[in-house]
Amino acid sequence: MSKRVVVTGLGVVAPNGVGVINFEKAIKAGTSGIEYFESLKEMQFSCCIGGVPEVSEELKLKYLTPLQLRNFNSPGILYACMAGIDAWYDAGFSYAEDEAHWESGCIFGTGISGVEKMREATYKLDSGKVKRLGSNSVAQTMSSGVSAYLSGIIGLGNQVTTNSSACATGTEAILLAYERLKAGKAERMIAGSSSEQGPYIWGGFDAMRVMTYKHNASPTTGSRPMSESASGFVPGSGAGAVVLETLESAQARNATIYAEVMGGAVNSGGQRSGGTMTAPNSTAVQHCIKSAIQDAKISPQDIDLINGHLTATVKDPVEIQNWVAALGREGNQFPYIHSLKSMVGHCLSASGAIESVAAILGLKGDFIFPNTNCEDIHPEISSIIDKRKIPTTVIYTEEINVIAKASFGFGDVNACIIFKKYKNG
Amino acid sequence: MDKKELIEALKEVAQPYIQDEEAFRHMTEETNFIDDLKINSANLVDIILDVEDKFDIVIEDNEMEDMLTVKSTMAIISRKLQEK
Repeated sequence: MSKRVVVTGLGVVAPNGVGVINFEKAIKAGTSGIEYFESLKEMQFSCCIGGVPEVSEELKLKYLTPLQLRNFNSPGILYACMAGIDAWYDAGFSYAEDEAHWESGCIFGTGISGVEKMREATYKLDSGKVKRLGSNSVAQTMSSGVSAYLSGIIGLGNQVTTNSSACATGTEAILLAYERLKAGKAERMIAGSSSEQGPYIWGGFDAMRVMTYKHNASPTTGSRPMSESASGFVPGSGAGAVVLETLESAQARNATIYAEVMGGAVNSGGQRSGGTMTAPNSTAVQHCIKSAIQDAKISPQDIDLINGHLTATVKDPVEIQNWVAALGREGNQFPYIHSLKSMVGHCLSASGAIESVAAILGLKGDFIFPNTNCEDIHPEISSIIDKRKIPTTVIYTEEINVIAKASFGFGDVNACIIFKKYKNG
Repeated sequence: MDKKELIEALKEVAQPYIQDEEAFRHMTEETNFIDDLKINSANLVDIILDVEDKFDIVIEDNEMEDMLTVKSTMAIISRKLQEK
């Protein structure tokens, strides 16, 4: 028999708040984490704004040892460890002493790890100094560095792996962990994703001209999901993590339950019918949403709030059209919808996890975080859904029971997960 | 460079990216890169880079936004060449 799966721990490292308490405060207030970077200007970037979490040296030492931080240059791994460890403690667990936690695992995704570390290594290699790479070049640059560091610190003994599906990575990670728990193959899993920042991550997007170059003088209003004046995404970074646990395990230890994962779906548009390496196949997006609803055994009418992908490119109206078509709801029958990206930018491979943490906080705390920077809603959006469904100030309500969270990524891949407020029984 | 030479030069640049041979054979000033030649919009930046290399010019971000048709692209290239 398949197991019910609940969320019992949260951790987050976001541009507008490090740690769950700061993050929750920031998203309620609509606080932006986007700033201007002169270093990007000097490197001739068109978009010189972005979101980077503020992490002091002192804070790093709460998570990694001085030895681990020696010659450390892989912020994505740091963020993963911070979010993952926070979530683990939040759930009420501690590090394994001698023996590994056999029933606890981790699926922690990333797009790429340690690009700056790789850059250091490349310079050394090209000047014939291979031995100068030392012992930690591999661990800091392998994709699975995020899950390897995190699981080693905690002592996880179940499946430990890293998934990668571009901007759908985080949402996919949570779904993969959910499926493992549902199948009874573990009792608890840390799931999440991270993304590092800076020119070596963001450069390729700048070259594609998909990031906005119009807000270098006004960084906090640059990320404009659903706005008519949206002119490209603003890059972000960080990590989000959840502890997923079987309901029986959570109940047995009387754990605080944030929400229940009802189900979800991942798919691909196959880069057919309008889908390409960089653009989604709308039929596949709709299919993914419908499959998620079916998997969660709910009806489209049950969805109270959509936590969208909505990146602030010209494609936002297409995403809204896809939700309308998939749910068969429009106008004032459409659920509430919001995008965290208006505050933190597009945190790329970390986006699905950070945004899921925001969604779960809203469910538990009975609030809908506001959309910022969309006072001028795109007419192709306001013509199909009621403007009042796009709140621009925080709403406190106990009426939100079910949230659909979707993420879409390069490679024409999609993920949609359904979270529900947990009620005893 | 006259108009005919320019359009021929632009044809060479566009050729690797086009997805509609028929429209490409009949490429005129009115041709739209995405709608007619079915070029993947992500490839437009590669076309811009190839234009920069071929004509030894630099295209700015705001100019690029207009370069969706052969006509507007030719106009920008001509202006850049005159400024040189």
